[in-house]
Amino acid sequence: MNFLETVFCGVTLKNPVVAASGAYGFGRDYTDFYALEALGGISCKGTTFAPRLGNPPPRIAETAAGILNSVGLQNPGAAHFIEYDLPWLRAQNTVIIANAAGSSVEDYVENVALLAAADVDMIELNISCPNVKEGGVAFGTSCASVEKIVSAVKKVCPKPLMVKLSPNVTNIVPIAQAAEAAGADALSLINTLTGMKIDVAHRRPILHNNTGGLSGAAVLPIAVRMVWEVRRATQLPIMGMGGVTQWQNAAELILAGANAIQMGTAIFADPYAPLKVIYGLAEWVEREGCNNISELSGQVRPW
Amino acid sequence: MRQENARILSHEGIAQETYRLVLHCPQIAHAAQPGQFVHVLCGTKPLRRPISICRAEGDALTLVYGVRGEGTAWLSERVPGEELNLLGALGQGFPAPASDAPILLVGGGIGTPPLLDCAHRFAAPFDAILGFRSATQVILEDEYRAVCGAVAVCTEDGSHGTKGFVTAPMQEWLAQKKYAAVYACGPTPMLQAVAGLAKELGVPCFVSLEERMACGVGACLTCVVKIRVSGAEDYLRVCKNGPVFHAEEVVWA
Ligand SMILES: Cc1cc2nc3c(=O)[nH]c(=O)nc-3n(C[C@H](O)[C@H](O)[C@H](O)COP(=O)(O)OP(=O)(O)OC[C@H]3O[C@@H](n4cnc5c(N)ncnc54)[C@H](O)[C@@H]3O)c2cc1C
Ligand SMILES: Cc1cc2nc3c(=O)[nH]c(=O)nc-3n(C[C@H](O)[C@H](O)[C@H](O)COP(=O)(O)O)c2cc1C
Ligand code: FES
Repeated sequence: MNFLETVFCGVTLKNPVVAASGAYGFGRDYTDFYALEALGGISCKGTTFAPRLGNPPPRIAETAAGILNSVGLQNPGAAHFIEYDLPWLRAQNTVIIANAAGSSVEDYVENVALLAAADVDMIELNISCPNVKEGGVAFGTSCASVEKIVSAVKKVCPKPLMVKLSPNVTNIVPIAQAAEAAGADALSLINTLTGMKIDVAHRRPILHNNTGGLSGAAVLPIAVRMVWEVRRATQLPIMGMGGVTQWQNAAELILAGANAIQMGTAIFADPYAPLKVIYGLAEWVEREGCNNISELSGQVRPW
Repeated sequence: MRQENARILSHEGIAQETYRLVLHCPQIAHAAQPGQFVHVLCGTKPLRRPISICRAEGDALTLVYGVRGEGTAWLSERVPGEELNLLGALGQGFPAPASDAPILLVGGGIGTPPLLDCAHRFAAPFDAILGFRSATQVILEDEYRAVCGAVAVCTEDGSHGTKGFVTAPMQEWLAQKKYAAVYACGPTPMLQAVAGLAKELGVPCFVSLEERMACGVGACLTCVVKIRVSGAEDYLRVCKNGPVFHAEEVVWA
């Protein structure tokens, strides 16, 4: 019985556990630990059309049950990714999601056109990066700009287009609906929450960027709540993420309405965390007497 | 690179707020090269802590660390028999010497441990200059004397060895003896001074750098430092491209 196989906007994932963008690079760094084919998929490091240097260090700070990062989309550019990483990644027998960022509508369009023409299975449109000055989250926090950018990108994207939403909004539902109306094929949520940590002794923020994006266990309840709200407002497939450390956390996101999940921060403490979640989810599905995990998606019983 | 559960064989204080941890950790110990590090899981902390390998000998791995914050405080409470979860051996260590010309090790404070294995494992002769704030912080002096030719110890307050910074004896020694290279680890201002002096005197210099890290394996791009690569500046990863870099390529902050 294949408890975990998941068809996500037409793409078959062998299980619904995907490495989150930015935590896993382009996959190469983890192959000493296990073969990538164990994963449902990998969402690659966010790439821009032109290479980006990213923000000055320090780029990482630890908080209570979480971390703040301010990498700022350091990447070698989409063309480099396509030439050097993609052929290798394709041979790893896992689903490849290209995570696309940009600094203007034209820039996003050019980038997605290039990525979607390459051998990737899906595009994740990152309009929610809190660590870059132009673009990023600025596009993801108003309905008008979400609609504008998603509809423009959709025209050049023959592959399934998954729009990654920011939690840094008062109400995520109209944003999700704007993405759907503009032609998104799926949604992923949540990206990181903007935060700040100050070194009291030096009166300095730890991050050189002063602020950064919060992720890890601390954000799970927010992710669960947002997936639940978005599930009730749209029919689109949802990839849920934010703070998944063990299978129970993934199960919460799935019960709230996610069809698949991603894991990032947990991998830093335990590179094997995704494999443990996959195993735990399979046991859960069997214990619940289901044939496939999709039967549990959205099955929370709210009061 | 692998994950290994390492049993604590011994754990002792060797100076103020400074501990030596000896681990039974065969796989990482056998793979380790001088200057590499391990990434240590500290209880339920979301991030591991990078600690350099001080000594890899047979199945045993020795780490020497200072207590700085919550993670290293947790580490200092661990007792023999307990296990620590490590990733290792990580990064690019010090280059293996190409000849049997002598190499000068220059270590400052908690930056002294990572240099020790060079003198044990590489065939070239080594001298060492070790700097500390004061006598209460001096570590590994006997260990360096056992494997190096000349060893100088300096303290900033003069409470042990020569009073002053490592750069004073370094200038003298580099003028007197022909060294093939300088290998250095310590606080950034010290590294910058050491690199400057080595350049002035025309001796190649390799420095081990620190930056805050998440994954430790090269994936997340959080641990970067600015490095000049064939003329252009780029952010390279301390955990993967380093921690040891050619000093002339480092763009000091
Ligand atoms: C490659 C490398 C090798 C190192 N080798 C040694 C060693 O052999 N002995 C030793 O005593 N120390 C070493 N350090 C420094 C050591 O990693 C820090 O002192 C330690 O991470 C502090 O953790 P904490 O929980 O006590 O401090 P906290 O301030 O509570 O840590 C909070 C976060 O900041 C990070 N952090 C704080 N200070 C540093 C620092 N100086 N460098 C990197 N990350 C930091 C921590 O890892 C953690 O993620 C090394 C650092 C690097 C990068
Ligand atoms: C170091 C780091 C880098 C990240 N880079 C990206 C990125 O390039 N693109 C993106 O869409 N999300 C990025 N993210 C956000 C994650 O993909 C994910 O949305 C978030 O971390 C929440 O999941 P988690 O708690 O499992 O980490 C990054 C997160 C971290 C910690
Ligand atoms: S710590 Fe992740 S790339 Fe260095």
